[in-house]
Amino acid sequence: MTELVILWREPTEYIGRSKKLSRLPGPVIYGQMLRFEETVQRTYLDHNATTPLLPAVIDRMTAVLREEFGNPSSVHHFGQQAKAAVDDARSQVADLIGADPSEVLFTSGGTEGDNIAIRGAAEALEATGRKHLVASAIEHEAVLNTLKALARRGWRTTLLPVDQSGIVSPAVLREALADDTALVSVMHANNEIGTIQPVFELARLAHERGALFHTDAVQSAGKVPVDVKGLGVDMLALSAHKFYGPKGVGALWIRRGLRVLPLMTGGRQERSRRAGTENVPGIVGMGVAAAIAAAKMEGEGRRLAALRDRLETGILRAVPGTAVNGSPDYRVANTTNISFDRVEAESLLIALDLEGVAVSTGSACSSGTLEPSHVLKAMGFNAHRTQNSIRFSLGAGNTETEIDRVIAVLPGIVEKLRSLTRAPARA
Amino acid sequence: MRIVVAMSGGVDSSVAAALLAEQGHDVVGLSMQLYDQRGGEQTWGSCCTLDDLHDARRVASVIGFPHYIVNFERQFRETVISNFVQEYASGRTPLPCAHCNSDLKFSTLLERARGLGAEYVATGHYARVERDVNGRWLLKRSADPEKDQSYFLFSLTQDQLARAVFPIGTLAKSEVRTQARRLGLSVADKPDSQEICFIPDGDYAMFIERKEPSVARAGAIVDEHGHQVGTHGGIHRFTIGQRKGLGIASTIPLYVLRIDSDAGNVTVGPRSALERTRLVASGVNWIGIDVPAARVRVTAQIRHRHKPAAGVVCALPDGRAEVTFDDPQAAITPGQAVVFYDGDAVVGGGWID
Repeated sequence: MTELVILWREPTEYIGRSKKLSRLPGPVIYGQMLRFEETVQRTYLDHNATTPLLPAVIDRMTAVLREEFGNPSSVHHFGQQAKAAVDDARSQVADLIGADPSEVLFTSGGTEGDNIAIRGAAEALEATGRKHLVASAIEHEAVLNTLKALARRGWRTTLLPVDQSGIVSPAVLREALADDTALVSVMHANNEIGTIQPVFELARLAHERGALFHTDAVQSAGKVPVDVKGLGVDMLALSAHKFYGPKGVGALWIRRGLRVLPLMTGGRQERSRRAGTENVPGIVGMGVAAAIAAAKMEGEGRRLAALRDRLETGILRAVPGTAVNGSPDYRVANTTNISFDRVEAESLLIALDLEGVAVSTGSACSSGTLEPSHVLKAMGFNAHRTQNSIRFSLGAGNTETEIDRVIAVLPGIVEKLRSLTRAPARA
Repeated sequence: MRIVVAMSGGVDSSVAAALLAEQGHDVVGLSMQLYDQRGGEQTWGSCCTLDDLHDARRVASVIGFPHYIVNFERQFRETVISNFVQEYASGRTPLPCAHCNSDLKFSTLLERARGLGAEYVATGHYARVERDVNGRWLLKRSADPEKDQSYFLFSLTQDQLARAVFPIGTLAKSEVRTQARRLGLSVADKPDSQEICFIPDGDYAMFIERKEPSVARAGAIVDEHGHQVGTHGGIHRFTIGQRKGLGIASTIPLYVLRIDSDAGNVTVGPRSALERTRLVASGVNWIGIDVPAARVRVTAQIRHRHKPAAGVVCALPDGRAEVTFDDPQAAITPGQAVVFYDGDAVVGGGWID
């Protein structure tokens, strides 16, 4: 694909109402003969998947990419400059979660944080004879599949059921804990429904039985106050791109003194807990994003909650056969998950995207198709409801005008889908 | 005009989609995921594996139209695969691609398309759809007789044909590849798919046994007079006209003549005994004409690679039809389609009983 071919065609005609053929400036890269200029208005309501970068984040990262290229492990000026940038970021991330900077370890994202926490702690505890791991049934795959992998290597695992609002009750955890429980992992906020778990209660119970407690705070950090001491956990994972930072960088907080074996061996970066030259631009971007998230959290939380409620009540009113999934009381401000009776979420998602509204559902499998949500399944919903639910997750750019447009286009789309699609079999 | 294109990731449907986009249509690409892609069992080679889905996505992004993957695993299992297994278990030889066209692509996928505001579904089939002066939709052979796929599309109804678009039906395969190169599509030189998509390793018997273990029932191989000449490991391993894999020593070549699913017997005999001049088909779909009151002279094709043979077709009650060939035809196989042609145009077709 190195060949550059100039394939060129005058703009000829308008396509539909939303697109037109347009001339690209300069030579066209191999294969790209047609380029449709977007005239459809796009509304992004998938901030739990990822968020756009804040301009301040881009600016600071650009400066690092351009100027501060040093290796933080180097002794000279360039190394010191990079090291200082990483240290600044570590303090900013620590401030976001009420931690000491020395306890913050930078990772490649939420998945790595969960892996280090679970595998690293499990391995460190293996010699003690504790061979039991516990997690909630609605964890992210980063946790669920890590448990599965350890189960294949002889660990006993227990998945905690949730109630119909998606909450793990402390009584359920108490039942599940055993004398040899090494670690409990329950997410702080769920990615699909936004429900916030009673982490403090759960962590206390785990500690009573001598087990460690890890929480995946990827969906809560930057959205709601997260305080590692207040939560009483031992480890906490977060990810930069969920709060307007860059992808490919995250952090794991490990309580001081806790022994967690590294997954990556090599140099002595990150206090020997994660080898490899630091992703300095990413880390710096995460720091800036964390600082801004902390400063804006209260006001932005209130604003998003109001927008989210406007969207939710608007949809429930405008579209018959809809219901909200998850706890209305204990959830992050930006998320709502709504079931549309007699509609396949897959079709609704595509139809909304063609109208310029980006939303999400369940978790995507390897090919990118939609699978029944394991979260909604765990909440006890039937097969139909696990496949007719859409997640709307709001963020910084969203406005009332956008929300009202979504409420305006939804009834027609749903009506059309209901009239043309055979209702999926109920199970 | 919004058109949904069913994209397999191959060169044909890719070019179909690209040509429609180039003509200025509002193209939406949909790729159907038809079986579980996670197991690692079906990872290579045929239609709609992960690599194919990736190829379809790349084509859409290079040309610049939206592309989505829709999960039709359940529908595919309930229509195409269950029919495939049942047919083999009944001693018949199914034609899953034809079922997939009429029961999935131009039913479930078409419904999806309409839900998305598209009134048409385009595919990369080598066939043509035309409308005659009376408003009847006609199905015709592709301009490339080598690649013609009208045989697999005979069961499309008038309503389905009215919503079907075959953008490459007027092109030869070589022209499709030339177009793909002109459009800069990475799939331009991708090999054609050969096997049935959901059995990439081509081991039908194993696939059927996995889905329906009861078919692996041993039985007798008998000659034309009913004398046992051997044994077999299940009737699903045979098709009419099959010569290989019988495991019988004989002075003359033996062919499978009949499969009796009730008794579990497979009847074999010489090649001359394979020939028939008459067949009855059911589930007949008339395309070029209404159900005819009189006998109609046609050429009839009894399998994909069969040279159509002259004969007459005569409609029977209950959606059936009888075909009488001028000359005997070898290996008329129950479960396959018989498609009647008038020159290039499909008159109709049905399932051979």
